[in-house]
Amino acid sequence: MTRIDDRFAELKAKGRKAFVAYIMAGDPDLDTSLAVMQGLPGAGVDVIELGMPFTDPMADGPTIQLAGQRALDGGQTLAKTLDMVRTFRKTDQTTPIVMMGYYNPIYSRGVDRFLVEAKEAGIDGLIVVDLPPEEDEELCLPAQKAGLNFIRLATPTTDAKRLPKVLQNTSGFVYYVSITGITGAAAAQAAEVAPEVARIKAATDLPVIVGFGISTPDSAKAIATIADGCVVGSAIVKEIGAGKAPAEVLAQVAALAQGAHSA
Amino acid sequence: MPEDMPNSYMTGPDEQGRFGIFGGRFVSETLMPLILDLEERYEHAKTDPTFWAEMNDLWTHYVGRPSPLYYAERLTQHLGGAKIYMKRDELNHTGAHKINNVLGQIILARRMGKTRIIAETGAGQHGVATATVCAKFGLKCVVYMGAHDVERQAPNVFRMKLLGAEVIPVTSGRGTLKDAMNDALRDWVTNVRDTFYCIGTVAGPHPYPAMVRDFQSIIGKEAKQQILEREGRLPDTIIAAIGGGSNAMGLFYPFLDDKSVRIIGVEAGGKGVDDRMEHCASLTGGRPGVLHGNRTYLLQDEDGQILEGYSISAGLDYPGIGPEHSWLHDVGRAEYVSITDAEALAAFQLCCEQEGIIPALEPSHALAHVMKIAPTLPKDHLIVMNLCGRGDKDIFTVAKHLGVNMKI
Repeated sequence: MTRIDDRFAELKAKGRKAFVAYIMAGDPDLDTSLAVMQGLPGAGVDVIELGMPFTDPMADGPTIQLAGQRALDGGQTLAKTLDMVRTFRKTDQTTPIVMMGYYNPIYSRGVDRFLVEAKEAGIDGLIVVDLPPEEDEELCLPAQKAGLNFIRLATPTTDAKRLPKVLQNTSGFVYYVSITGITGAAAAQAAEVAPEVARIKAATDLPVIVGFGISTPDSAKAIATIADGCVVGSAIVKEIGAGKAPAEVLAQVAALAQGAHSA
Repeated sequence: MPEDMPNSYMTGPDEQGRFGIFGGRFVSETLMPLILDLEERYEHAKTDPTFWAEMNDLWTHYVGRPSPLYYAERLTQHLGGAKIYMKRDELNHTGAHKINNVLGQIILARRMGKTRIIAETGAGQHGVATATVCAKFGLKCVVYMGAHDVERQAPNVFRMKLLGAEVIPVTSGRGTLKDAMNDALRDWVTNVRDTFYCIGTVAGPHPYPAMVRDFQSIIGKEAKQQILEREGRLPDTIIAAIGGGSNAMGLFYPFLDDKSVRIIGVEAGGKGVDDRMEHCASLTGGRPGVLHGNRTYLLQDEDGQILEGYSISAGLDYPGIGPEHSWLHDVGRAEYVSITDAEALAAFQLCCEQEGIIPALEPSHALAHVMKIAPTLPKDHLIVMNLCGRGDKDIFTVAKHLGVNMKI
């Protein structure tokens, strides 16, 4: 059992939907992003997705690309991101942290070394966009063995034939990508997403969380209503990118969380 | 089963799309179903005589294949050693080898019912080839090109527009070829249902590296037959320039199992392969990593962040290399060397003066290596180098480097 499993069990017992918030580690600098991260649980965030910056984020729209660039320009590294998690864990032992990003920085560090460090730092799960089930031996299986959840993306193109393969080695939760597209692009439509979520839920007992294209408290509510929760990323990152202070960013996060929790 | 030495270098990739540890399918879930579909369609097309009949007809009547194998007599005499042959793929329609592959992919796209074609381009040669074939078949064409390259390759941008393509300058990242590829992938993920991504080199997720290699292998097949006709034997050395590595893979592949043939790939050494990293020599100056759907040698920092390549030649300006080259490098079947900007420029000029051929800057790198080794080899040593593109697109760059003001 990871903190992710515990958190979803707890939410289920309360009959509450999950609100997942994404921020980029080191954006615009280490101190600011740590301050925002430390405030997320208080703002109502149930699960934190912590982005690992990468030079070539192929599944991300401009907002998250720029966040990654700001972080890298500010000298963010994987080692610093792990340190950030260690610092966070000094004051918060319960909020699940999922690291999200691309494979190369992990591969470059060495998978075995990374998994030991990630577990020790207090990371609970991984979302690695460019590792489909076909590449499970790279990181997914070693991560599960190391006691980390490996959270898979399911998408509108994941048809019935392929879905079992996608679900097979998934743990923690299933991240349903609401649109064919990149982060921060088209708005997710609850009416279109609902049957897709139902289709996935029929095939797994894991919670199904919907992300991509959710940017307002209303859309957070609408999407959380038809799933087990929702993720907001670009809408938060945009505020950080605009130079807002952590308190302002967290006020907006609280409004989004309230939207999701009112579902 | 005992560990046998490979008795063939031509069996890859395996079912996972791997050449040794290289290659693979490192893409987001949204693209996976399409990539699997593409693989199935390509596997079918590969053995479908009607597919190859269509290809051969267009290669002959639209592209102008076979391209000649030309004995560069004056250059041979000038260098005073090995006998030098040039595979003249610069004589193809659109002026480079790129169209060999584009035709194959577009025919496949049409068979898959795709109506919109996207491509990335650096120097613009692959973009022009894609725009050309799309015009021929009446398909919508969108080309992603780094904003920096749009500026320095204005004639090719205009060509693409004349051919009806939409050229989108890419400003994300640093606005170069790798960023153009990122944006093409973002487009594909967004428009996956009606769009075909026509990749210009032997890189990307499986099946692209194998598929593009197979389409480009026409270069090596012809060269082999032509040298056998001319000389009655195989060449001793074959040489080609490498950015992503499609012209080189096309020449090399049919010779991989001819163990007597020495195979040399020439990477862009830019200002020199050293710590400043102002080069594009992924094999000489990089290490294995994962980018753009495959594992291969990449220019990257110690934290796994991808570095920008640099080369005088926009067509070689890419921080990665096709995964099959990475494998051939590691198993030692091919050698990889690098050539600097200055050496390539000297070769460019020598080719103009000695042979009356203006080569592109990309094959000028291969030629520069020929200039290095030919004088040290005996007169009966046969070299075949791939002259994969013509240099009209490069005259402005060359003029600038030679200090010539082209404005009249």
